[in-house]
Amino acid sequence: MNMPATKIEVETATPATTAAPVVAMTPKRAPRSEAYARMARETAVRVIPPLVVIALLMLVWELVCRRAGSALPPPSKVFKDTKELIVDPFFDHGGIDKGLFWHLSASLQRVALGYSLSAIAGIALGVLVGQSVWAMRGLDPLFQVLRTIPPLAWLPLSLAAFRDGQPSAIFVIFITSIWPIIINTAVGIRNIPQDYRNVAAVVQLNPLEFFAKIMIPAAAPYIFTGLRIGIGLSWLAIVAAEMLIGGVGIGFFIWDAWNSSHISEIILALFYVGIIGFVLDRLIAGLGKIVTRGTATS
Amino acid sequence: MTAYLKLDHIDKIFTRGAATTEVLKDINLTIEKGQYVSIIGHSGCGKSTLLNIIAGLTTASTGGVLLENREVNSPGPDRAVVFQNHSLLPWLTVYENVRLGVDKVFARTKSRAERDAWVMHNLNLVQMAHARDKRPSEISGGMKQRVGIARALAMEPKVLLLDEPFGALDALTRAHLQDSVMALHQKLGNTILMITHDVDEAVLLSDRIVMMTNGPSARIGEVLEVPLARPRKRLELATNTTYLKCRQRVLEFLYERHRFVEAA
Repeated sequence: MNMPATKIEVETATPATTAAPVVAMTPKRAPRSEAYARMARETAVRVIPPLVVIALLMLVWELVCRRAGSALPPPSKVFKDTKELIVDPFFDHGGIDKGLFWHLSASLQRVALGYSLSAIAGIALGVLVGQSVWAMRGLDPLFQVLRTIPPLAWLPLSLAAFRDGQPSAIFVIFITSIWPIIINTAVGIRNIPQDYRNVAAVVQLNPLEFFAKIMIPAAAPYIFTGLRIGIGLSWLAIVAAEMLIGGVGIGFFIWDAWNSSHISEIILALFYVGIIGFVLDRLIAGLGKIVTRGTATS
Repeated sequence: MTAYLKLDHIDKIFTRGAATTEVLKDINLTIEKGQYVSIIGHSGCGKSTLLNIIAGLTTASTGGVLLENREVNSPGPDRAVVFQNHSLLPWLTVYENVRLGVDKVFARTKSRAERDAWVMHNLNLVQMAHARDKRPSEISGGMKQRVGIARALAMEPKVLLLDEPFGALDALTRAHLQDSVMALHQKLGNTILMITHDVDEAVLLSDRIVMMTNGPSARIGEVLEVPLARPRKRLELATNTTYLKCRQRVLEFLYERHRFVEAA
């Protein structure tokens, strides 16, 4: 019974193998164009819906604000009023009469400095609080109270302490963004599995090696959550702080535009602030992905 | 009989607030060099605690562990552990996980190139050299445990401690890995102490089986010599009378002792 069955299989198998090279040639080209098509489709799926929504919102905005006596300008007027600022962001007429690029770059520099300081201090304090029970008992209640203080409430105090706008703004960014970094780092350190500590103990890593090779990589997903919240908060704080301290910066640009009743310029500035906040957030998220190498969850 | 690893009157008492629990009571055991010893007992009998004490990850309340006549009470690479859940670091590749220990243990005695070769040698021993650049999340459970074994072996431990190394694996993978460990033991002649709750595994792999009574206050109830010649073959042993007798003996111990404690 079995014999004829196997024979048939062998017979059908031989033509299939001879035909194989011919078959193998075609699929090689097919997947590539298919892959492009799939990529195009995926991009379209992501890009088209937000574009449609934006177009609709613009249309509503235009219709609502077009009427005579409307308090806010419609998008067409915004574009017309701010065309110069959009086209040439690099002009510099001295003082605070500069292109938007200079305002944004001044704000970004303050954020970069304040945020870097808070990242370093935040991670260090987070490690301390996460690692030592006594540090946690002593410091955690303090952190929980201090972190609820709104950013701008710090500003008068820091102006009194530093007697200058620039360091005060940086301090406000620092003090605003440090809390989520500390708290998330501490949680990450506390959640390092006992297994990893055991491995480190058996291998006899010294405290420094343990910090670099186990602690930081194990807590990295948590640390980057804190860093991401922190960068968002510092961008929130800078605009508010700059409104009060004056000088070059996007916050003061907005305040200045309001004082000169240039509502269109405010709208343009808000657009830039939103875009840059989004880019900063993505930047930290991307950095986190690279550093944790996508092993965050496992 | 020369004592290589000696457990000397080990007691372990856990204290939580006012409540104290005596987990281990008066554990005495000597293990010869090159022996494969299994510790078997019901879950909760403190066998993992005992292994942690030997590894130095927990300290004994009284008594101590002697390795080559010297007391050990902190963890170290001379008593490398293969953990039940492999405990590979997920952000390192297979190679880097093994290299971590090698770099520490042989920092002074081996050059960079030698350490690299030694890592690869150990990955080859467990047939994992092909996955050197993979991360733990990209390989199967059995493969992870192989890497865990390679990491422990690469530290050239005096005693290899296996903490239920095959517990989390499916039956087929477990059998395959048991054969690998047997072959490694045959080839390298390591002294191995294994925690297990699998009777067949204990009889198949061990020279001696240490049977522990139920906790609290678990102690060594009986030590059984397994006089089976090596290399052992799983299929041949299935009908071997010595094997069956040993198996019977362990089953009887666990079964009767378990019942006795419940009645008490």
